[in-house]
Amino acid sequence: MSGAPHIQQGDSIPKIMWTVVLSLVPAAIMAVIVFGIPALNVMLISILSAVLTESIINFLVKRKQTILDGSAFVTGLLVAFNMPANVPFYVPAVASFFAIAIVKMLFGGLGFNFLNPALAGRVFVMFAWLPAMTTWVKPHPGQWFYSFFHLKPVADAITYATPLNMIKMHGHQALLTYFGSKSALYANLFIGNIGGSLGEVSALALLIGAVILLVRKIITLEIPLSYILTVALFTWIFGGKKGLFTGDWLFHILSGGLLLGAFFMATDMVTSPITSLGQIVFGIGAGLMTFIIRIYGGYPEGVSFSILFMNALTPIIDRYFDSRFVFRMIMKKKMKIK
Amino acid sequence: MERIFFIVLSAALVNNFVFVRFLGLCPFIGVSKKTEPSLGMGLAVTFVLTLASLVIYLVNAYLLIPFHLEFLQTIAYILVIAALVQLVEMFINKYSPALYQALGIYLPLITTNCAVLGATLLNTKLHYNLLESTVHGFSAGIGFLFALLLISSIREKLDKANVPAAFKGAPIAFISAGLISLIFLAFKGIIPE
Amino acid sequence: MSHWKEFTKGIIKENPTFVMMLGLCPTLAVSTKAIFGLGMGVAATFVLLGSNILISLLRNIIPEKVRIPAYIVIIATFVTITDLLMAAYLPPLHEALGIFIPLIVVNCIILGRAEAFASKNTIFDSILDALGVGLGFTLALTLIGSIREILGAGTLTFEMLGVGFTLTLAKYKPMIIMILPPGAFLTIGLLMAWFNQIKINNAKKTSR
Repeated sequence: MSGAPHIQQGDSIPKIMWTVVLSLVPAAIMAVIVFGIPALNVMLISILSAVLTESIINFLVKRKQTILDGSAFVTGLLVAFNMPANVPFYVPAVASFFAIAIVKMLFGGLGFNFLNPALAGRVFVMFAWLPAMTTWVKPHPGQWFYSFFHLKPVADAITYATPLNMIKMHGHQALLTYFGSKSALYANLFIGNIGGSLGEVSALALLIGAVILLVRKIITLEIPLSYILTVALFTWIFGGKKGLFTGDWLFHILSGGLLLGAFFMATDMVTSPITSLGQIVFGIGAGLMTFIIRIYGGYPEGVSFSILFMNALTPIIDRYFDSRFVFRMIMKKKMKIK
Repeated sequence: MERIFFIVLSAALVNNFVFVRFLGLCPFIGVSKKTEPSLGMGLAVTFVLTLASLVIYLVNAYLLIPFHLEFLQTIAYILVIAALVQLVEMFINKYSPALYQALGIYLPLITTNCAVLGATLLNTKLHYNLLESTVHGFSAGIGFLFALLLISSIREKLDKANVPAAFKGAPIAFISAGLISLIFLAFKGIIPE
Repeated sequence: MSHWKEFTKGIIKENPTFVMMLGLCPTLAVSTKAIFGLGMGVAATFVLLGSNILISLLRNIIPEKVRIPAYIVIIATFVTITDLLMAAYLPPLHEALGIFIPLIVVNCIILGRAEAFASKNTIFDSILDALGVGLGFTLALTLIGSIREILGAGTLTFEMLGVGFTLTLAKYKPMIIMILPPGAFLTIGLLMAWFNQIKINNAKKTSR
C-alpha cells in the first residue's frame, strides 16, 4: 500500500503506513508460527531490500529520503507475504527491488505508480523463477518452538500442495480426503494450518488486520466486499462439479490470497478508483477475473493478476465515473423530479 | 461455435497483438499519448483488419492456391492491403469529411501497420476458414484498440508525474507496456492451445 | 553530406531503433537470442540494400503518383527472395523468425529509407545509406537479443547450423521472464532511457 496525493482527514502518510504495518502483524506472527524461522528470514530480506533500494535511489537522484514514511517497509512486507517460505534469498530481494525501483520510483515515487508494487514484484519473480515460486512447504505450526529451543533445524521442508493446487489438480474430493471433513477443511483454512504464501494462510489473522484498517478508516468496504462477494457468487454458481449452484464458495473465500488481496492490496488508494461506484466496479472486475483464472485458467490462483489488471484499468474507470458522470446522473434525476 | 469463441479470446486477450505478439507497435508508441487519437486509430485499424482478413482469404483461396502461386503471398497480401486502405481513405473522405479530418495521417499509416499484414499471415498459417479469418481479424483489432486505450490512459496520467528526465516519453511508455504485458501472462491456459 | 557520413549516420545518430523508433515489431519479437537478432538484422539489411539500389536506379522512371505501390512491390519482391533463401539454406533461423520475415515488407525502416533517401539520391549514396542503417538496426537487435538471452537463458548464442559459438553461464538460475514479452519491453525501455541519458549528459557538456 502507499499513500496518495489526495488523502482525506489530514492523516499523515507515516501514520497510515505504520498502522498498515500494525494490521499486518497478526499475519506475520502466524507466518512464523506455521513456517518457522524461514518465514522470518524472507520477511527480513524483503523489507531490507525494499528499504535499501528506495534509500539508495533517493540518494542517487538527490531527492529527500523517504524511507521513514513507512511505505517501502509496507511494500517489502507485502512482497514477503506473497512468497513461499523456502524461497532462495534472491527471489524476495529481486521482487522488492523490482517493486520499488521499477514499479514505484521510475514512475515518480509515492502516489504515482499505476500498479500495486508488491504484486507486480511478485508476478515478475514468479515468471523469472517459476519453480522457486511454486514450491511449497508443509506447514508445521509450533514446531519451530521445538527446533528453536533444542537448537535443531526444522524438519526438512517437504514439498506440499496448497489447497488451491489440490483443487485444481485433483478436484474437491481430494481436499476432503486430505483434511478429513468439510469442517476440518474450513477450520484449517481459517487458522492457517495449510500450505501457501507467508501472508495468505491464516484467514483469522488477516481478518483481525482488516478490522484494524477499517476501524482506523484507512480502507473502506466497497472494494473488499464487492471483490469477495463476486468471487463467492460465481464460484458458488459455476465452481462445482455436480452442476450449477454447487460450488464450495466458503473454500474459495478462505483459500489463497483472496483475503490478503481484497483487504490489503486492492484497497491501495493510489492504484484503485476514486469514486465509490468505480471502486465497486473495480471489486467486481477483480472478482470475475479471479474466478475465471481459478476455475478455467492455467494457474491455481489468480488474485495477483486480477488486482493488477484492475489497477491497469483504474485510469479508464476513473475517467468514466468522474465527477462529470456523477453530475450528469444528478441532473438526470433532477429532470425526472420535475 | 466454441472454436470461434476461443479465436475471439485468443486474438483479443490471450495472444493480444500488442502485448503478446508484438504486432502494431509503431503506431502504438506514436499514437498512444492521448486517448482520442488512440480511439480513432484503434477503430480504423479494426475496420481494415476485418476487411483485409475477409478479402485476403478470398484472394488466397480462389487465386493463389489454385494457380500454385503461394510463394507470391507476401507480395499479393501487402498489395491488397495497400489497395484496401486507399479505398477506405477515399470512401471516408467522400462520405464523412469530418472523420477524414480526424483520422488524418493515421489512415495511410495503417498500410505499414504490421498488425494488419501479420493477422492475414497468421490466418494463412493457422489454416482458418473464411469465418474464422474474419472473426480473427476483427478480434485482433479489438485487442489492439484495448491495448491502445490502456496505454493512453496511463500515459495521460504519467504526463503529470515526476518521471526521471531520461525516461520521459518513449522509455516509460515501453516500461508501462512491459508491466501490462506481465499482467497479460495471466490469460495463458484459459483456452486450449 | 560526405559519403562517409551517409554510412555512419545510421549507426548512432539516426539509429533506426533507439533514435528513430522504427521497426519495433521485429525488434522485440525476435530478440530472444543473440543469433536471432543478428539474423533478422542481416535479412533486413539485405532487403534494404536491394530495395535502395533498385529504387535509386529507377528513381527517375517511377511516376510520382504510383511511387508508394511501386516501392512496396520492389520491397516485397526482395522480401520474398530473402524468405525463400532462408527457408532453403537456414531452416532453423527461418523457423525462429517465423512471420517476421515476410513482415519485413512493412518494416517502416525500409519504406522510410526508400521514400526519404533512395528516391532522391545516387546509387552509391543509397548503398551507403542502406549499409549504415542496416548496420545500426543489426547492432541494436543483436544488443537486445544478447541482453535478453544472457539474463533469460544464461547463454549467448552466436551459432547457426554448427558454425559459430555458444557461451553458457554456469550455476546461474536464469530469469525466464526476460525471454517473455515483459522482458522485451523492459529491456528496450531501459536501453532507450540509457541512450537518452547519454544525450542529456552530452547536451549539458556542450552548453558549458
